[in-house]
Amino acid sequence: MSGLVLPSDATPQDGGTDHLLALRGVRKTFPAPGVPGGRRVVLDGIDLDVDAHRCVVLVGSSGSGKSTLLRVVNLLEEVDDGQILLDGEDVADPRLDANRVRARMGMVFQAYNLFPHLTVLDNVTLAPRLVHRRARAEAEAAAVEMLGRVGLGHRVTAYPDQLSGGEQQRAAIARALVNGPELLLLDEVTSALDPELVGEVLDLLAELRAEGRTMLVATHEMGFARRVADEVCFLHEGRVHERGTPEQVLGDPQRERTRAFLRRLHA
Amino acid sequence: MAWESLPAILEGLWLNLRVWVVAGVVGTLLGLGLAIARTSRIPALFPLRAFATAYVDLFRGVPLLLVLLLVGFGLPALRLEWLPTSGAFLGALAIVLTYTAYLAEVFRAGIESVHPSQVAAARSLGLTRAQTTRRVVLPQAVRNVTAPLANNLVSLQKDSGLISVLGAVDAIRAAQIATTGSYNFTPYVVAGILFFLVSFPLTRAVDAYQARRGWGRSLATVSGAGDIR
Repeated sequence: MSGLVLPSDATPQDGGTDHLLALRGVRKTFPAPGVPGGRRVVLDGIDLDVDAHRCVVLVGSSGSGKSTLLRVVNLLEEVDDGQILLDGEDVADPRLDANRVRARMGMVFQAYNLFPHLTVLDNVTLAPRLVHRRARAEAEAAAVEMLGRVGLGHRVTAYPDQLSGGEQQRAAIARALVNGPELLLLDEVTSALDPELVGEVLDLLAELRAEGRTMLVATHEMGFARRVADEVCFLHEGRVHERGTPEQVLGDPQRERTRAFLRRLHA
Repeated sequence: MAWESLPAILEGLWLNLRVWVVAGVVGTLLGLGLAIARTSRIPALFPLRAFATAYVDLFRGVPLLLVLLLVGFGLPALRLEWLPTSGAFLGALAIVLTYTAYLAEVFRAGIESVHPSQVAAARSLGLTRAQTTRRVVLPQAVRNVTAPLANNLVSLQKDSGLISVLGAVDAIRAAQIATTGSYNFTPYVVAGILFFLVSFPLTRAVDAYQARRGWGRSLATVSGAGDIR
């Protein structure tokens, strides 16, 4: 690995490199629609740490920057400023091979984003074969095992449009897990599901949590956040407004904005 | 009269079919290449993107007949020794030039119909741009445009008859020769029937292919797509 040497003042908080993932002053803007040359700030100097085997949950209203934060970590968006340290290496550096970095993470999207022209099995084996250069038989064996784990052992030859929403999302989770990612990024993975299908996906995620997977999760499911989170971060207008244990942030929030958000959620 | 003209017209049709297949394959490959170039977001490929855009604009805006005349009569006038001067070759070249532009637009529409979230999912797995294009975007893009693609290929098959203006004896030219001096125009009808017999199974085959791949089925499950009175 081509680790970049960090200047000693680059990690203002606590050395940074001890964490599996550490964000330092991450800033991201998008062009503001209708304003020539204007920029809309979506992430406004985010500091965030995720230690190995821990689960950090991002909460906040729509537009608070949760999804963008996950996409930035996955290098699907380039940051305007700041560092994204994965194992101490600044992966926001454009000289770094982004594909190699992404291959170390698994991302699951709100809308599943399965490949509709491929069977469930081919969806899951695509990255092992193309990215991790595993032989087809080996990749398929691993995929079948992973699909069995998420309860889809009987649907390997089905196409995504033949599955229920919950099954599709579990297939997407298997696709993200099959490469053994060091970090799992989950972006509102139950938001598109019918209410009766949410449980099966959340149960699976709780299992993964119990296994000690490192997870960074954006969610609107506060019950789930309480159940799995080691730390909850409340995002508001691109900043971490409040952070702490689920009991602190969700049970006894200190900031008015956090309280207002939770009140609206329970209303 | 019709029967007497049939062998000559059939022989001409064989030329049409060869021109069709060669121009169809070459045009499809070049069109796909242009579409990929035009939809690419790699900054370094800007010149290629600009070329693709200019090419498509130019050849969609000029009548095929004019391209045929320019290529068929203009190119040989340059006296390039290495350039074959047969009407069939130059005709096919002109058809390729024009149809590449049309096919590129069909493929571009297909590529742009694939939702960006598919690219995000593929890239998040660590796939490179090229792998994403080849394994995720293009298979879906081609499926989404099978019908207009087939339309263009059927149209190309019929337009292969235009090479007759360059003196190539295809089915249409053969029919024309057969009518000379008799004022009996049934050979044209024969040529028309033959063209139809070639294109009709093709359009039906495409319909059947689409139905088999589940377009009909998936549409039937969309609420409101069934029987609206």
